[in-house]
Amino acid sequence: MSTVFARFGNELYTGKRSYNFVGRARIWMLIAVVLVAVSILAPVLKGGFNLGIDFRGGSEFTVSNVKSTDQRLGEDAVHQVIQTAAPRVANIAGNTMRIQTDKLSDQQTVDLSASLAKAYGVTKDQVTSTFVGPTWGADVSQQALIGLIVFVLLAALLMALYFRTWKMSLAAIAGMAVTQIITAGVFAIGDFEVTPSAIIGFLTVLSYSLYDTVVVFDKIRENTADIATSTRRTFAEEVNLAVNQTLVRSINTSMVAVLPVAAILFIGAGLLGAGTLRDLSLALFVGIIVGTLATLFVAAPLYAWLRRGESGLTAQAEKVEQRRSRVEALPAEA
Amino acid sequence: MAKTGPTRVARRTLLWLVALTLAMTAVVAGGALSGASGWTPKLALDLEGGTQMILAPRVEGSGSVNADQLNQAVEIIRQRVDGSGVSEAEITTQGGRNVVVAMPGTPSQETRNLIQASADMNFRPVITAGAGTPVPEAQRTPADKLPKPTTPKNASDTAWLTADVVKEFEALDCSTLDKGGAKRSDPTKPLVTCQPAADGQPAIKYVLGPVEVKGQDIVTSTYGLQQGRQGTVTNEWAVNIQFNGDGTKIFKDVTQRLNNFYVQSGGDSGNNPQAQFAIVLDDKVLSAPRALAVITDGRPQITGNFTEASAKTLSDQLRYGALPISFEIQSSESISATLGGEQLQMGLVAGLIGLLLVVVYSLFQYRALGFVTVFSLVVAGILTYLAITLLGWAQNYRLSLAGVAGLIVAIGQTADSFIVYFERIRDELREGRGLVAAVENGWRRAKRTVLASKAVNLLAAVVLYFVAVGNVRGFAFTLGLTAIADLLVVFLFTHPTLLLLARTRFFGEGHRFSGLDPRTLGAIPLYRGAGRVRTAEDLQPAGAVSGRKSGARNEAERRMTIAERRLAEREAAQGAETAGKDDK
Repeated sequence: MSTVFARFGNELYTGKRSYNFVGRARIWMLIAVVLVAVSILAPVLKGGFNLGIDFRGGSEFTVSNVKSTDQRLGEDAVHQVIQTAAPRVANIAGNTMRIQTDKLSDQQTVDLSASLAKAYGVTKDQVTSTFVGPTWGADVSQQALIGLIVFVLLAALLMALYFRTWKMSLAAIAGMAVTQIITAGVFAIGDFEVTPSAIIGFLTVLSYSLYDTVVVFDKIRENTADIATSTRRTFAEEVNLAVNQTLVRSINTSMVAVLPVAAILFIGAGLLGAGTLRDLSLALFVGIIVGTLATLFVAAPLYAWLRRGESGLTAQAEKVEQRRSRVEALPAEA
Repeated sequence: MAKTGPTRVARRTLLWLVALTLAMTAVVAGGALSGASGWTPKLALDLEGGTQMILAPRVEGSGSVNADQLNQAVEIIRQRVDGSGVSEAEITTQGGRNVVVAMPGTPSQETRNLIQASADMNFRPVITAGAGTPVPEAQRTPADKLPKPTTPKNASDTAWLTADVVKEFEALDCSTLDKGGAKRSDPTKPLVTCQPAADGQPAIKYVLGPVEVKGQDIVTSTYGLQQGRQGTVTNEWAVNIQFNGDGTKIFKDVTQRLNNFYVQSGGDSGNNPQAQFAIVLDDKVLSAPRALAVITDGRPQITGNFTEASAKTLSDQLRYGALPISFEIQSSESISATLGGEQLQMGLVAGLIGLLLVVVYSLFQYRALGFVTVFSLVVAGILTYLAITLLGWAQNYRLSLAGVAGLIVAIGQTADSFIVYFERIRDELREGRGLVAAVENGWRRAKRTVLASKAVNLLAAVVLYFVAVGNVRGFAFTLGLTAIADLLVVFLFTHPTLLLLARTRFFGEGHRFSGLDPRTLGAIPLYRGAGRVRTAEDLQPAGAVSGRKSGARNEAERRMTIAERRLAEREAAQGAETAGKDDK
């Protein structure tokens, strides 16, 4: 099995086996555009994301003089009233419990008060409720957004300087944007709650997808460094070869990155239900997979497409064509 | 001698890594044994619990606060709490009246005072200014040239620049100045501080004279488009201040003095910093405009380079400086972890299962080489653990569940450095190189890729750390930490280990289970025994053989010239010799 995979790598490396990432760019772009459009439309049609208590604020219950400080009791009590909620239960100073949930209606508040009183074995007047504001306020979001914009601009500059072409920067940023939008779209379509953990996940995905693209683009840079003097392959073919040559790396890396995340998502969060673990691992799971695919199917073909019209490269492509018609009689190359 | 180089360098590098690890362990052990810190990382609010304080904001002069002021209060508190380290405090409002702060651990009296203090705004004249970076050691004023103490005549007098003040000013680095905090400097003494970098303007540092006008003397502040001479509206945003009677009187004297500096230095074209006054909030400069005129009516207008947003911000800050909000701690109680213990437990169990899968996958993919991956990850894990423990001690860095998950995710990115490296080595083997040469060439190429891609991660970490607040800042910290740990491990462990392994028989001869078996990799070895050397026929027929040598070659196209082949053979032979020597 491993040998098979090694042979797969060898064939990709020499070009014997090749997947046409660049040549079929139109199909991939079309798929990407459709997915992005769906991901943008979904939250618009649904009226926004399902934002968690940290963004919107919510209801807070305080239960005093409880018999037991078990957090499970409070969680179960909340689930009896609202099935889908992800409450946060904490014990405050001795025998007081604090339970936070999404904003509840008046009826739900009354029901939950009763349910909590029963669960903790106290009378109803020992349960008080109030509203709490968001912990992740507008100021936090604003600063995070500023940070994000500054980062993307600096990253674009860094890549443009390193690769010595702004077109690679643009293609990488486009790939990252596609990844981000689709990841966010999954949260909107699945109606998963967006919590600070999910936002942290989005940010991780952001840096992961750019990182992944830089690794593949560095191979493209190596392969195309001598393009002007080479007549073996056209520019687009070189780009495609580079993507194929790094394909084993892409598969291995995404597997290694996704395995722990999948374990947390399916084993950890699967057993526990909603919570920090699920929000974070879901964003990462989707983001790592989409990010790896976006590098292969969006960023690399886009880069080849951005440079298709350059006069130096069209001249080179003609030379390749000429050489090929000359050697056609010779045995086919590998 | 020259050829024993790589092995010796590799061994020395590994020793450095051991030394680094031991040094970090020693510091952690020292802290733990002296009782100053623990053996384990500090945990954040969600995992460990902490203290919850309910604060009632009080605005001087009026009983209650409105929603706007409450939001401002949250912002002030967040700045102050974040200024005391990366602690991921939770700050929220309750019932539209109170601010609730939950922070891990038990806050010290110092922290409590800091939170309770009201915002401190005042106006100070600028004595001197400079770029926000420290003056290089060599260019600093020598001890004998430092000014001798004299008695200052007024708040702008350069006599305030005593030897201590000059030294502090030259050494000050604006980028390390606390983000938040509410330090209270002595209003009768000069202040050395910064205007933090913002809106694309770099940070500037100042020496400021004693306080002349207090924030309480501001009646109100507004912002709007500047009015031209004939009452026409221009496109320039401006911030307007209105002082009370006291403020008007003092401000008139101040602007008289400052405007003199302005006129003497040549008006608009001059750049004497003494013509400026600084608006200072919690010991940081918000803005330092020049006094273009003597303000007699107590209604100065600040103009120049404002956008609508920045004008609004300054105007808001001036207003809440004028209405100092103080906080009364109504209750302070311990609070348990907000996440049940089972969340952490399940997270760790799932993480371990994930790690196990990674081990299985690496061994399956890379055979014996997979162990190098696994050991590298273990080394990275140890370094990260020590770093987090140390930072918990030094920087109050606390690990939240999101942080734990972030670390587990970092496995993927760390392993990627090795994967990139291994794949490059395999590519070199496919070219028909010996393992020793393949490792060296592969490393040269992988190094570039690894550095370039980690630079992206580090950039994300640094930018988010300096710009963002709250949770995002903690995340950025973890991201940066793992990126650095990764680089350390690749350079100090993985590469030297491979250099040594390449000289062993098991890997060097490409054992079936080494993961670097040239046969499996489809390479045709250069030397095939019985005096046969790879010939041109063994390779696929190709076009012209090119002797072109370039840094980034197109290896699929590349074919070896005779000279290169001989060189490679010589290298391989010498490599084997060296290995033999070292084994003794």
